[in-house]
Amino acid sequence: MTIQFNDETFRGDYSFRNSPWAIKRFPFPFHEDSYMYSVNMEQHRGGPAGSVFEKRFDVDEHYVSEMRDRALVLAEDPLRCQSLPHMTLAGWDLLELIMVSKSEDYPDLFELHRDGDRWRWVNKPLGIDDTFTFMDETTLPYGPLEYITRQTQGDFAVLDQRDDNLWMDAGMVTTQADWSLDFDIGMNFFEWHAPVPLAHEMGIFKRALKFLMNVQQGAPARRLNWTMTVNPLLDTSPENYHKWGIQKTELTAENIGAKQHLRVELQTFYRLPRSNALVFPIRCYLIAFQDIVTVPKWGRRLHRVIRDLPEELATYKGFIANRPLMIDYLSRYDDGLPTSPGVWADLETEPPLQK
Amino acid sequence: MSRIQFPKSIASRPVYGILAPRPGKAHLMIADAEGAEALLDLAAQDAGLMARAHILYIPRATGEAYTERLRALNPAQLYVGPSFDAALPRLRRVLSDAHMGLQVYLAGTEGLMGRAAAEVAAAGIPYGAVQTEHRGSLARRMQCVHCKGITEDVTTDPFVCSHCGLNLFVRDHYSRRLAAFQGVCIDAEDPGNIPEPVELYK
Amino acid sequence: MSAAPQKAKAGAEKIEVIVSAVVPVNELVTRFEFRRPDGAPFPPFSAGAHTVVEMRDQGRTRLNPYSLMSDPADPSLYAISVRRDDQGRGGSLYMHRQVKPGDRMTITYPVNLFPVDLRGRKHVFLAGGIGITPFLAMIAQLERLGARWELHYSVRNAALGSYADALTARHPGKVRVYHDDRKQAIPLADLLDGQPLGTHVYVCGPKGMIDWVHRTATEHGWPKDNVHSEEFLAPQPGTPFEVRLCKSDMTITVGENESLLEAMERCGVDAPFLCRGGACGQCETDVVEHDGSFIHRDHWLEDDQRASGKKIMPCVSRFVGPTLVLDR
Repeated sequence: MTIQFNDETFRGDYSFRNSPWAIKRFPFPFHEDSYMYSVNMEQHRGGPAGSVFEKRFDVDEHYVSEMRDRALVLAEDPLRCQSLPHMTLAGWDLLELIMVSKSEDYPDLFELHRDGDRWRWVNKPLGIDDTFTFMDETTLPYGPLEYITRQTQGDFAVLDQRDDNLWMDAGMVTTQADWSLDFDIGMNFFEWHAPVPLAHEMGIFKRALKFLMNVQQGAPARRLNWTMTVNPLLDTSPENYHKWGIQKTELTAENIGAKQHLRVELQTFYRLPRSNALVFPIRCYLIAFQDIVTVPKWGRRLHRVIRDLPEELATYKGFIANRPLMIDYLSRYDDGLPTSPGVWADLETEPPLQK
Repeated sequence: MSRIQFPKSIASRPVYGILAPRPGKAHLMIADAEGAEALLDLAAQDAGLMARAHILYIPRATGEAYTERLRALNPAQLYVGPSFDAALPRLRRVLSDAHMGLQVYLAGTEGLMGRAAAEVAAAGIPYGAVQTEHRGSLARRMQCVHCKGITEDVTTDPFVCSHCGLNLFVRDHYSRRLAAFQGVCIDAEDPGNIPEPVELYK
Repeated sequence: MSAAPQKAKAGAEKIEVIVSAVVPVNELVTRFEFRRPDGAPFPPFSAGAHTVVEMRDQGRTRLNPYSLMSDPADPSLYAISVRRDDQGRGGSLYMHRQVKPGDRMTITYPVNLFPVDLRGRKHVFLAGGIGITPFLAMIAQLERLGARWELHYSVRNAALGSYADALTARHPGKVRVYHDDRKQAIPLADLLDGQPLGTHVYVCGPKGMIDWVHRTATEHGWPKDNVHSEEFLAPQPGTPFEVRLCKSDMTITVGENESLLEAMERCGVDAPFLCRGGACGQCETDVVEHDGSFIHRDHWLEDDQRASGKKIMPCVSRFVGPTLVLDR
């Protein structure tokens, strides 16, 4: 499978762009014209060919540039990747999972050769060819978690399962929607979700925790989450909020189409075999409003979702101040026609904009 | 001194209880300032408890007000020290030789209880097994999420980070590992627009 | 969200295996070793995990969980040890009498409800009888990690002390065996009092032993989080009762010697499950209507859920009364 890798930035001049291929396969998260929390889990067992759901760890045109951005974030702030001492075994489990999955799913890009515990890993897009001893940290340049997640798109929270709860005891977090690994590391499932409004009262987290604690080896799960970001900025961390927060105020009616991005997280959940830990990859996809509205159904739907979203959610997701501008822009792409159920673009069947 | 009722908050915000005697081979009690009153109340519930108790007490501004009364309880060991930092080497030494079955009781300010609980957890007794009772100052330990520095004894919202000087608003989101609440820049989206500080819980 | 959302299949993922060895360990216990037909490696697992073994016994399918006793780092085999229970529901008898080397069987991917706490500074294992099995895997894993552990193993007599000799020989100083017939008992109170902070205790054995350890530990000031136990509840027999299943649109009768879950499966209902022992919550079922009383035997539901009459765990719990209608 040949992918043309972009050379783009997610900061400064923001040269990030989605190709038509990337727009078509974008994981639009809304299956109906309104949004409320739900435990929207399903099995992570493939998906339509070419979709972001097809492979275990999706690789797209942004791969090389995202990894470059990650390396910059880590150089500035090493605390974005941490692993409590008892989680090293889980790090090895994750390294194996990603190397096996990617070498099988993208054989043109990644190779894994194993001879007992002597492994050779080839990552062609990043120009890496490393030989090491599995389970021996001294043979890798970083700990196993950091080593493999420096080469994999998306954030990774690695959760220890004990005492009827999940504990965020390790992670690589450089593309987060505004939470701090350094602050949250060591917290349990309810604690790290504490700031999310409404969901606790709805019992969402109790049900989600029960589900996640029963995710088993060989049977991963997935769900989508979403928020909004001004500019294709991956590093929207609390640590740097005093630097990037101001960008939220730079939105105008003229630039909103290009600057306002829908940010969708494809979250997957895998049971790790030797450690019994749960890994929670959070894969971030960005799309500018002006690209979303090229899909008529998505333009109609996004307008309705944003317009009718409860205020607490818009506030928690950080875009309450910009909502009026967003609604103004999006309303131009909503002709009031009904939309088909489900998330897919349905370009063949959904009518073009009637305005 | 009356006990404070903290307003209901988010799931990570600690909730404190009332100290009660528990079965155990040894008892470790750590308190600051008015927390001594909680230890006195505890002793009143079980006369025999103090004979097997090691008390670490930091009077802070209360000076001598409680020290004699704690001494009169006749604990197995009593340490009165100037600060938690000064007490820390002693606490770690005690924990290194302690056995499972040790009961831990913490009383006083959130900052003291948080730091002590973190030490005890690092030594191998889980947070859920440690008893806590709040007494005295409502001041918080705050970590600045930007520079990672911790500002002690914060009583207003917003406040100024004592390390990097940013104006931070006070969140209820709490880390037990750091024993601190999270402070986030308040004027990132409107530089210079800093509301009048308001006392916490008012 | 995907074009064809996949409903999760009941139970854990399956693995086809060939029985590579059937080894009597003593009069009551036999070890079964499995390899994969294509010689492929088994998935690695975390010590304490169990596998659910499928037995097709004259038209009736039994599913029994057994702890994996093999070394988690050895991908060439999985091994379990089964204690023959002549008074039981037949699963162990089937294993002992029907299963031969060369037989093809279906087992599941490992599921762990009894893991080691890797933060522990020291691990104390308390085994009673066949409860030794998960500890064999734990010892192998902890030896590899260089972690501190010790084993206290209570057996009826020397002859029935499965693996006791091998363990004592391989790990002198870390294994102590107590023979019931010599009136030897684990000195639990003393054992608990002398442990350094950060010690975790794990107990696997008969219900009485498990209750004794939890109770004594609490009396000696141990936090609940530091005491771990595993007990596979075998479904208890009971008076037959009738159940109406709304979604499946059928009425079934649960027999005396089968669980509600087994009765549903017998009638072709694809009911969710995982551990089949009342611990994991996967089989949790909503009660639409009832007239009678529940016999809740699970470790999963909260007290208020049990009292509400709105939930039941079909893998181990039963019902007495004229009406039970389930959302299944």
